[in-house]
Amino acid sequence: MPLLEIKNLTVSFDTAAGPFLAVRGIDLSIEPREVLAIVGESGSGKSVSMLAVMGLLPKTATVKADRMAFDGVDLLGLSPAARRRIVGKDISMIFQEPIASLNPCFTVGFQIEEVLRFHMGMDRAQRRARAIELMKLVGIPDPEARLSSFPHQMSGGQCQRVMIAIAIACNPKLLIADEPTTALDVTIQKQILDLLVSLQAKYGMGLIMITHNMGVVAETADRVIVQYKGRKMEEADVLSLFESPKSNYTRALLSALPENAVGDRLPTVSDMMFEPAPSASGGAA
Amino acid sequence: MTTVLEGKNIVRDYHIGGGLFKGPRTVHAVKGVSFSVDKGKTLAIVGESGCGKSTLARIITLIDPATSGELFIDGKKVDIARDGLSREMRRKVQIVFQNPYGSLNPRQKIGDVLGEPLLINTDIPASERRDRAMAMLKKVGLGPEHYNRYPHMFSGGQRQRIAIARALMLNPSLLVLDEPVSALDLSVQAQVLNLLADLQDEFQLTYVFISHDLSVVRYIADDVMVMYFGEAVEYGPRDEVFSDPKHSYTKTLFAATPRADVASIKARLAKKKAA
Repeated sequence: MPLLEIKNLTVSFDTAAGPFLAVRGIDLSIEPREVLAIVGESGSGKSVSMLAVMGLLPKTATVKADRMAFDGVDLLGLSPAARRRIVGKDISMIFQEPIASLNPCFTVGFQIEEVLRFHMGMDRAQRRARAIELMKLVGIPDPEARLSSFPHQMSGGQCQRVMIAIAIACNPKLLIADEPTTALDVTIQKQILDLLVSLQAKYGMGLIMITHNMGVVAETADRVIVQYKGRKMEEADVLSLFESPKSNYTRALLSALPENAVGDRLPTVSDMMFEPAPSASGGAA
Repeated sequence: MTTVLEGKNIVRDYHIGGGLFKGPRTVHAVKGVSFSVDKGKTLAIVGESGCGKSTLARIITLIDPATSGELFIDGKKVDIARDGLSREMRRKVQIVFQNPYGSLNPRQKIGDVLGEPLLINTDIPASERRDRAMAMLKKVGLGPEHYNRYPHMFSGGQRQRIAIARALMLNPSLLVLDEPVSALDLSVQAQVLNLLADLQDEFQLTYVFISHDLSVVRYIADDVMVMYFGEAVEYGPRDEVFSDPKHSYTKTLFAATPRADVASIKARLAKKKAA
């Protein structure tokens, strides 16, 4: 049974100019212990579809799907209260801006313990012990002292580690990481990606990586979904996606990588989108 | 080949005043960096946040004076701490910032954005300012119909084109690009990089390109400088730096850059299977 199964998801936003379709019929499924990457540019609906799973979209959004089931439970039919018991516990999410997603008014220890209090009902001593354990797990040195730090006293990389600690606090079955390293330096990005992948393997979580960075995809994913303007362009395992991309859009994205530049100019996506696909012998790799 | 930009042993310290419980202290943001860039070439400055690359950009753009060291632009020594900044120097160096959402005034029409450098720095009459702005819009791949629009009506890539157009209005010889593509999508990034390459050929522009994305740097740079805690730990021609990095930090940086080629994916998957 897939961990998360979505069939024909559409999300539209009410705007002054009428409804705007951000996601236009996406199918998606992820197995337990799998790393799935969703790639696309801004406006491709990659974050919106995952926010729909989490139930975090604003009131102006209308979410429709033929099926949206997590671990066999239909998410769309749940009451908001029942859904809140799943979200944050069995499914959790990490966001792009670590410093902005932590509350500046509370210590990081308080924010980690808040999840444990709400979902696990632990008492004060248990919460503190678990928070220290989590801080160690995500590689924050001197966790006892750091529990009483405020977010502004930590670096961006450390804040992202705290976010990861909060996300994995209740041993989730599925972790959704929305551009987890975009705001970070390359050296820190490497550390955070390594941490995410090692935690995923250690606890057997499903991991959905939302990213626009092909390098991040290549370094982490098992399977990849490429989205463009709310539609799925391609779905493939990571090796065949890079070796022999099927859709024009994927090919265009890969050739727009500066490291794949041939000659002086980079091919751009619009140059390639509407060209016919080269024949199998033509070699698109 | 003429040297457009030269820096000798540039140092910048920031003095942070103490508070009630803290004594004053000094941050050494840039610690004696030297470089030179020839006309029509691109120097890329790479480093992580806090390494002093943006401070160096501010010094080169004549926004901040250096604490010590000598800066030469077009062979002339510039010291804004002592002499102030002349109109002519201001025209010679322009900058494009990272975030095109923050660097354009939301209440100013694009035509006025482009005309303003001319209004402030020259005596060109309004009609000619308009003509030049129209011409520049075309150069960066936009059209005359965009002249009367406001920044919020443009996408990120288009805004970055506008920011580049504004920087070019005064015919600068040196353009400082502070992470110009890191806020953009991959396909838009490719378009903007192509535009920068075309403009460089057309106007013989000299670029100082600040970035933390090594794949972009490898594509656009002639020379590369790697900065680490205010020092230039590696400086040389692009191919030399990329093929044979000397400093351990440069090696760490290269190792941390994600690889998107098939061979490394195969290696990763094999490793995962074995584990």
